[in-house]
Amino acid sequence: MLRIRGLTKTYRGGDRALDGVDLDVPRGQLMALIGPSGAGKSTLIRCVNRLVEPSAGTIAVDGAAVTGLGGGALRAARRRMGMIFQEYALVERLTVMENVLSGRLGYVGFWSSWLRRFPQKDVDAAFRLIERAGLGGMHDKRADQLSGGQRQRVGICRALIQDPALLLVDEPTASLDPKTSRQIMRLLVELCAERQLAAIVNIHDVALAQMFVQRIVGLRAGRIVFDGTPAELTTGMLTEIYGAEDWAATSAAGDDEDDATPQARAIAARLAEEAR
Amino acid sequence: MSAGVTGQRWRPPPLIVNPWLRWAIYGGGGLYLALALGTLQVNWGRVAEGLVRGWAFVAAFGNPDFSSRWGEISEGMIESLTMTVVATVVGVAISLPVGLGAARNLAPLPVYLVCRGIIAVSRSFPEIIVAILFVKMFGFGPLAGMVTLAFATIGFMAKLLAEDLEDIDEAQVEAVRAAGASWPQLMVYAVQPQVLPRFIGLSVYRLDINFRESAVIGIVGAGGIGATLNTSFDRYEFGTSAAILLLIIGIVMMAEYSSGIIRKRLQ
Repeated sequence: MLRIRGLTKTYRGGDRALDGVDLDVPRGQLMALIGPSGAGKSTLIRCVNRLVEPSAGTIAVDGAAVTGLGGGALRAARRRMGMIFQEYALVERLTVMENVLSGRLGYVGFWSSWLRRFPQKDVDAAFRLIERAGLGGMHDKRADQLSGGQRQRVGICRALIQDPALLLVDEPTASLDPKTSRQIMRLLVELCAERQLAAIVNIHDVALAQMFVQRIVGLRAGRIVFDGTPAELTTGMLTEIYGAEDWAATSAAGDDEDDATPQARAIAARLAEEAR
Repeated sequence: MSAGVTGQRWRPPPLIVNPWLRWAIYGGGGLYLALALGTLQVNWGRVAEGLVRGWAFVAAFGNPDFSSRWGEISEGMIESLTMTVVATVVGVAISLPVGLGAARNLAPLPVYLVCRGIIAVSRSFPEIIVAILFVKMFGFGPLAGMVTLAFATIGFMAKLLAEDLEDIDEAQVEAVRAAGASWPQLMVYAVQPQVLPRFIGLSVYRLDINFRESAVIGIVGAGGIGATLNTSFDRYEFGTSAAILLLIIGIVMMAEYSSGIIRKRLQ
């Protein structure tokens, strides 16, 4: 699905944010990208949709190269990649509906988008998604009237209405409280499963990642230093990724590594029930 | 400096740390002020004479004369209002592309430099100088005034618009760009909603500045109520002058009040 080879990004100041990253994400896989601040997580996902220009390396989605595209071809490629942001990045003065429909901008012409005349099937899809995300009836509210969790749901709708093959998710829960964070992660997991999307989720909360994803990749100083299942992420590995610290309280791996996955599952299941 | 000491005095650190330099600057400033005041030559006899005439003018406000020159006053007012509205619309329309080009985050460097240049030229000349130039070019009358006001509006609006554009939240732009939006779509979806309310507010504000300015530039022959006002001064018809000034004050206050309401509604 997503295929990255030798991805390198050197910023103008000479900082090497990514250093020869190779990564494959198959269809339907939810992958968490962890690592300390400044490890290059944001740079990596922004290179995929070319909001940041890679210095070297290749990126391909479904076999089609993204690197080297320009103009219309790049915009067409971006339509296939939905992006979800840490601070939601909604256009504050537009309504929920306008924000969601802005995910269709790559598909509709300038005049019809300016006059807000979107094709009926897009409007239908927007209503369905808003309902699905638990925001039914809020479509005419302005984005700045919503709470953090509601805003992130709008952000998710905006990404999904693009009908993407791949989701790029940048710290989706960093500005949310623990309960809302879990609800948002659960919504992401469910929607990715429903639509068989590949997703890269940058995340700081290691325990939350272990609870919800199938695969974790650890990044340190622009290089991949870990790639495995949540259960394989031991305290030793965390030290490798982040540096020495007492990890017992942070990671679901805890002291006894074998218990990790069942323990995480149990917490996830309990929360799922609470939410119902 | 050990903990627990009481009664330790504290003063904020002075702006200029070196006491010698500090007192030299204060002393120099005081001396200059004293010398400057000494050079003023006031002819008190002339002042006494002028005060009487000034008082006649102030007294006229107690008895403004709207009626005897009403035809000229209303004609001047309508001319001024027309100049103001047309100049504001034209100026705002031109300032849009110029402001967009002068925002460093949206425009490439050559476009940026050209647009900043236009703004600098427009802002560096006071309206009255520009009016004198255009009166020479187009002759006496409201056309020269209109062009002057439009010219001044471009610099004012484009500069403030450009500054607003440079302050927009980039995350919102990035999000819309990530959806595959084209450049014009980016402008209308991610940029316009962020700056539109303030832009409209500024346009209304500029409208009332232009009205006030139209009175001033009329004095140098650029038409409108300023020309009528100037004529009344020349004829020593202070009653009519007072009536005109009261009308200008009234209209400016009305514009101020309604633009306040409009700006509040827009947020």
